[in-house]
Amino acid sequence: MSEIPTECKFLASHEWARLEEDGMVTVGISDYAQDALGDVVFVELPETGQQIAAGEEAGVVESVKAASDIYSPVSGSVVSVNTALEDEPEKVNQDPFGEGWFFKIEPDDVGELDELLDGDAYQEVCDEEEH
Amino acid sequence: MTTPQNAGPARTPLYDQHVAAGGKMVDFSGWSLPVNYGSQIEEHMAVRRAAGMFDVSHMTIIDVQGADAESFLRHVVANDVAKLDEWGALYGALLNATGGVLDDLIVYFLPTGYRCVVNAATRDKVLAWFAEHAQPGMTFEQRELVMIAVQGPAAIGKLNEVRPGLVPAELKPFQAVQQAQWLVGRTGYTGEDGVEIMLPPTEGVSLWQDLLANGVAPAGLGARDTLRLEAGLNLYGQDLDENTSPLASNIGWTIAWQPEERNFIGRAALEAERGKSPMKLTGLVLADKGILRHGQIVTTTAGDGIITSGTYSPTMACSIALARLPRAASGDCQVEIRGKQKLARIVKPPFVRNGKVLVELK
Repeated sequence: MSEIPTECKFLASHEWARLEEDGMVTVGISDYAQDALGDVVFVELPETGQQIAAGEEAGVVESVKAASDIYSPVSGSVVSVNTALEDEPEKVNQDPFGEGWFFKIEPDDVGELDELLDGDAYQEVCDEEEH
Repeated sequence: MTTPQNAGPARTPLYDQHVAAGGKMVDFSGWSLPVNYGSQIEEHMAVRRAAGMFDVSHMTIIDVQGADAESFLRHVVANDVAKLDEWGALYGALLNATGGVLDDLIVYFLPTGYRCVVNAATRDKVLAWFAEHAQPGMTFEQRELVMIAVQGPAAIGKLNEVRPGLVPAELKPFQAVQQAQWLVGRTGYTGEDGVEIMLPPTEGVSLWQDLLANGVAPAGLGARDTLRLEAGLNLYGQDLDENTSPLASNIGWTIAWQPEERNFIGRAALEAERGKSPMKLTGLVLADKGILRHGQIVTTTAGDGIITSGTYSPTMACSIALARLPRAASGDCQVEIRGKQKLARIVKPPFVRNGKVLVELK
């Protein structure tokens, strides 16, 4: 069973969003997603300062098996990106909710987080995909 | 082989071992096999540096025996089995009448006759082809055996530790030896030293477990694909198919033109192309970040081509591919990846052999 931390909200496309204490939203992909992708070899991140709308493509995660677009769960402007992933893309597999984070967004409207899936609803999405 | 009650992929006798080792099971040509056991990159590097093992029991083993066995195989295989000494093996292709590739295979010449190892996905097609072209004084029979490939610089050492004397020091590459009911061939699909062993199912399970206990890493389909591509080896269905000529697939060397009187199936069609195939299968190294993949279009100074197999090379830490390009293509080229043109270099495969990178990265 993949790990699903309670403080994260999710998109059905397997991205997670976490509201931090400083009001920023951290974004990454879930444990379920990294397991399905296999070994990650390249990550394309957005630029800091970039404006992104909720649901818009914000980057690409590429494994040996396939390339997958990353969609932003919320609208806002990118304040930082995880440059460590350039040399160590395997962090996405090893620690998808921690050191494998992709980027941080200053959200236009934290209310958008309420529209995302909570842990249980996301678990259901994963269960459906397996059958 | 056990087949589940309801329609689902078939299982090899090693299925439980894969699950116990954390194998991520996928459906591969109707077989449930592990794509990895956690990290295909780690499994790949284990084979390059030490030893890894693959369950290849899904492959199709066909024993061909009888007085006409040699004549039959000299007719259907484009390489010449008459070249073989007893216990020798060769790699070659089965061609159709228009010179397209039906399958690639390894043929072993044994005291009891010949053993052919063909692909899993082509099993029914090849058996039907054999039936169509069978000669009166021969039989052919598909065998249900476990097949384990143990590959890597330490592979033979690890095997001899768990089964002393199994792999004699004098066993040469492309040579086989019979040990009780086991056939051990110094062959493989990784570009490393090692053997492929065909053995009865119950003994296969215990060999797997003993190798695991002795530090041999289970390796899945993902690692198998990155290893063989680094080694410049073709995969039927990607680099070879019924519409491609062996002369445009980097396996022209497996066509035994001599003796001229040997009329193997497809010969006439190939003669027309001999020495002047417009396309060749060659290698690419991507200069940028990204992954080369099957179907991407390649633009060269000599014209366009297409990638047949692409992947990430763990040994080289960049993307590599096999591509069918115009014969004169060389130097730099452009590959269209997800709508963008990326720079790649044309290189002659293999990319890696015996753990060493053979191509220039810059």
